[in-house]
Amino acid sequence: MTTTTDLVSYEDALASYDPVMGLEVHVELGTRTKMFCGCSTTLGADPNTQTCPTCLGMPGALPVVNATGVESAIKIGLALNCEIAEWCRFARKNYFYPDMPKNFQTSQYDEPIAFDGYLDVQLEDGETFRVEIERAHMEEDTGKSTHVGGATGRIHGASHSLLDYNRAGIPLIEIVTKPIEGAGERAPEVARAYVRELRELIRALGVSEARMEMGQMRCDVNLSLRPHGREKFGTRSETKNVNSLRSVERAARFEIQRHAAVLNDGGTIIQETRHFHEDTGSTTSGRVKEEAEDYRYFPEPDLVPVAPSRAWVEELRAGLPELPLVRRNRLREQWGISGTDMQAILNAGALDLIVATIDAGADAASARKWWMGELARAANESARALDELAITPEQVARVTALVTSGDLNDKLARQVIEGVLAGEGTPDEVVDKRGLKVVSDDGALTAAVQEAIAGNPGVADKIRGGKVAAAGALVGAVMKATRGQADAARVKELILQELGVEG
Amino acid sequence: MPGITREEVAHLARLARLELKPEELDHFAGQLDDIIGAVARVSEVADQDVPPTSHPLPLTNVMRPDEVRPSLTPEQALSGAPAQEQQRFKVPQILGED
Repeated sequence: MTTTTDLVSYEDALASYDPVMGLEVHVELGTRTKMFCGCSTTLGADPNTQTCPTCLGMPGALPVVNATGVESAIKIGLALNCEIAEWCRFARKNYFYPDMPKNFQTSQYDEPIAFDGYLDVQLEDGETFRVEIERAHMEEDTGKSTHVGGATGRIHGASHSLLDYNRAGIPLIEIVTKPIEGAGERAPEVARAYVRELRELIRALGVSEARMEMGQMRCDVNLSLRPHGREKFGTRSETKNVNSLRSVERAARFEIQRHAAVLNDGGTIIQETRHFHEDTGSTTSGRVKEEAEDYRYFPEPDLVPVAPSRAWVEELRAGLPELPLVRRNRLREQWGISGTDMQAILNAGALDLIVATIDAGADAASARKWWMGELARAANESARALDELAITPEQVARVTALVTSGDLNDKLARQVIEGVLAGEGTPDEVVDKRGLKVVSDDGALTAAVQEAIAGNPGVADKIRGGKVAAAGALVGAVMKATRGQADAARVKELILQELGVEG
Repeated sequence: MPGITREEVAHLARLARLELKPEELDHFAGQLDDIIGAVARVSEVADQDVPPTSHPLPLTNVMRPDEVRPSLTPEQALSGAPAQEQQRFKVPQILGED
């Protein structure tokens, strides 16, 4: 890790080469139990409290597949426009490593449950890119290793390792893309957009929370370069476990620059796994694949084939929710906003909040305005996500209702929101406590108007002489006198009326 | 034609992290060859009309509901472990496979 890696600039790399990517995403399903046994999948349990003879690989223990796990796999396959296998089996992937006590991982090999699909993803500028899906298959997660005695908790230099098998056997769906070609300089952006779209999709299906920071969704980025105009793919590197959207983009970008430097020097890319480092945004060499992987896959004799009936598949297809991209496009049209505006809403994590606010009775424009304006600012200032703010969509809807009814103007509404965020209570409680009602009582306003006219005789004369625009100065004076609580439009009417001028 | 070569046995031993002496390789190659030969006779009796299968019973879709069942206690889980530490299985140094 002390050696520096030669890079060429991103622009130079793209001038000479065309990147090809393959993305492998693992999603931990949110089932209550493991894939092949009834052990709980609850996170954060004490080590080795969620194991049984099956997931510990004891002799004679027999696995039985989790029906919800299979159902979730089919839903994911359908949402990715895949075909669903009429008949498929599990396979043993044999390898010798202590993270699986069985010495194999139960996976699927040449008979994945879902195959040949695609996912359309939207880039920052609203452009759509289609990512072809090779397959989605069912497998199980591995145990968690802790390396002891090394300087950095890493495997190198460790004296021994400790294994917690609570995670061993948690259902995983591995989703593999076909080679992603033709993205050019936007390849890293496509990678990020794909993983994000997949995350939204998984969440919409309700099969996993897909929280990358919790390891519920993990991405491997395979990348190679080929000179422009060449058909044949170059040798790829496999950057493992890239665990945030930003990292996916950075890892792809880094590997493009690194590969280009090697190739420019006349070198060859080694097919190897690489590790991504969040702190530097770089990758370092991991395991070299000297011999072709030899997992000696064979059909799992302890499990019977999965043959989803067409009736079941169609029932699941009919029950699919509206998919995220379709929903976004529908809302964008309904709200009459641009792709860029929608992208900003997504980036701010505001979409569901705005929809909930509209569902609570607000109009779309107001809901958008508050979440993307005042509230986005508040979130930004306190370095929090929008959904972590101490205000609910219902409360925002209540504020917009008070504005619509004329009880509040925008300025007062901002103060109400400020009060709610500060924990002063519901919008109505803040209005009461702070005394924030728009003064629309003509009696009180007329007194303030007369005062303003008396205090600004010159302005009053101009208005009387026909310069209606000058009324603004008097409106300002009244607003000041009422501490912003007057209804400005009504004030103007009263001023003109008082001075005997037609508006 | 032998069912398995000495080189293949050496390869499998490496995959299984078994250290075999040259005479052991010869010994096991012979034994495994006999075993593979015996098993291969199955294909002599299985005609074209017998489809290959990975399970002895003609079953599909054996599934269980997603309901939690009791797990072992950590003491039970670790009872067969040669070594343990911090309620975890303790394993020797893992080398070369980061």
